[in-house]
Amino acid sequence: MDIDLITNILYAMVRTGTPLLIVALGEMVCEKSGVLNLGQEGMMLMGAVIGFIATLTTGSLLLGFILAILSGVVMSMLFAGIALGLNANQVATGLALTIFGTGLSAFIGADFVGQPIEGLNPYSIPFLSEIPLIGKMLFAQDLIVYLSFGLFAAIYWFFKSSRAGLTVKAVGENPHAANVIGLPVMRTRYLAVAFGGAMAGLAGGYLSLAYTPLWTENMTAGRGWIALALVVFATWRAERIILGAYLFGLASILNLVAQGLGYPVSPNILAMMPYAATVMVLVMLSSNVVKSKMHTPMWLGKPFHPGG
Amino acid sequence: MIKLVPRGEQSRAMAYMSPVLAGLLTLFTGGIFFAALGLDPLHALGVFLIAPVSDIYGIAELCVKAAPIMLCAVGLAVAFKAQVWNIGAEGQLLMGGLVGSAVALQFGEAEGFWILPTVLISGMIGGGLWGLLAAWLKTRFNANEILTTIMFNYIALYLLLYFVHGSLKDPDGYGFPESALFSDAATLPILIEDTRIHIGILFALFACVSIWVLMQRSFIGFQIKVLGADANAAKLAGFRHKHLVWIAMVISAALAGLAGASEVTGPIGQLIPSISPGYGYAAIIVAFLGRLHPIGILFASILMALIYMGGELAQIELNLPLAVTALFQGMLLFYLLACDVLINFRIRLRTAAANNAVTGN
Repeated sequence: MDIDLITNILYAMVRTGTPLLIVALGEMVCEKSGVLNLGQEGMMLMGAVIGFIATLTTGSLLLGFILAILSGVVMSMLFAGIALGLNANQVATGLALTIFGTGLSAFIGADFVGQPIEGLNPYSIPFLSEIPLIGKMLFAQDLIVYLSFGLFAAIYWFFKSSRAGLTVKAVGENPHAANVIGLPVMRTRYLAVAFGGAMAGLAGGYLSLAYTPLWTENMTAGRGWIALALVVFATWRAERIILGAYLFGLASILNLVAQGLGYPVSPNILAMMPYAATVMVLVMLSSNVVKSKMHTPMWLGKPFHPGG
Repeated sequence: MIKLVPRGEQSRAMAYMSPVLAGLLTLFTGGIFFAALGLDPLHALGVFLIAPVSDIYGIAELCVKAAPIMLCAVGLAVAFKAQVWNIGAEGQLLMGGLVGSAVALQFGEAEGFWILPTVLISGMIGGGLWGLLAAWLKTRFNANEILTTIMFNYIALYLLLYFVHGSLKDPDGYGFPESALFSDAATLPILIEDTRIHIGILFALFACVSIWVLMQRSFIGFQIKVLGADANAAKLAGFRHKHLVWIAMVISAALAGLAGASEVTGPIGQLIPSISPGYGYAAIIVAFLGRLHPIGILFASILMALIYMGGELAQIELNLPLAVTALFQGMLLFYLLACDVLINFRIRLRTAAANNAVTGN
């Protein structure tokens, strides 16, 4: 394998891992507040379709990304209204959000399938992008990839050393205790869910506006679910999420690697790899029951009703 | 301002009313939605819900679609009762279809009454093993079954594509990714002539009865219910937790596998890439809508089959995208979950005066 190929694989790995990173960071914040939202896939699809339609009709990528984020937030509030406001089962409500988002995105996007747009182009940072091997990977990406680096740093800092981060953790560990000491449990949870929605919307927009500038039905292809698994592997820690996201990016571009090495493998078998890798890593990291219990937010997925 | 007041104990009446209310709200929202698209809402709802079943062929088609949904959902109800979140009915259905097809094709043109049962049982085993894999990962490695079963759905789909593009492809099929048509000996008999209704609907009804007996009348069913209601109580009573998780998973997965095998040997008659339009996912909604009870699931499956047919007809007659089906499915589940709040809570409208009274001002 020559160095150009490795450089390109590293570049594609980060690019492919970026939507996973963004959506998984959002879900991590949401889960830290004790809310399990399984609707990531549906929110991503809505972000992808709304962002795509906005950009196609107005020609503005910025507007596309803003509307993608907003549609993720709106979807997440639908979840929050039912799961938090009406105390419904979070697992079922999240599934409903994914089913609804899959249907709604396919419905409104039906007339836009296959239409081309001018997607977001990479922007090479002078000099830095010339560094051998890692230059292209880190400094010749598009703006959303750079934004995802920033988001990672911000969320790492948020939980490491901010007061608000502590509040989110307290609410997720024990909402009753948090309520007693006067923390705004419900408001924190709504905000955390909204942030998760915004990230999912952005990740969806990244797919349809930058990664493959197209809209096709179900184009997220399970990335929302993989991101949910990623949060579990990462044991709710941002630094492990970024590693995991890029590993999955690598698993998704194995076809590139296989081609480079001259191995003919069935495209269907290659397409299976990210999902199989998800199961394998999930198994490896969950098998230590004590350790995985220790890191899981105590109140994850359990409803909290302030009145009772 | 709306306030939720806990009821103290669950309202049985609301548990039954909530699905009905959710159905009505879905209809109402559907009407508004059609009106917003510039369609006459009553006409559109008629096309969606009444026109598909206005003749005997339509009613037969309704049974054809309800059968796999019912098989998957009644199985999922067992898993959900045990608090085993099997989201993998879709993949288990696909594996049932894949394994069933592989076996059916082995027999070629051979004849014999035993061929069809062998094919169907292979499908059940294929689906069942696919589910057991997730159960094993859950009980042995503590891997979250929601995530593993969803991943297995994707893996099953790609496995099916791999085989239908590869070794199971019909060599005389002009390169289409389809298997050869199954022989008559490997095809489910038709119940009513000139329709597609086949004995798969009887499997589904039989499954509903069997699961009812299992859950209401057997010790296993009792143990599963206790496990789901209170895992600690089940532990104290000495029930074998892992054992029960395996049983719940294998029952639901084998029924989904049977649904897949019945689809390929029934209305489809060969292995194709798209053997399910998401029946396994729709079954999750049906299981909740039917309150995890076989009789409720029977009715909910018929409603869900009707939504599938309505979506197809709306595509032809109203020129709407087929995705309108999934849209209605998602809406129905949302409304159900929202209405279920009434089982545990009363809704009080609080006026400013009442507010003051509460706070003592």
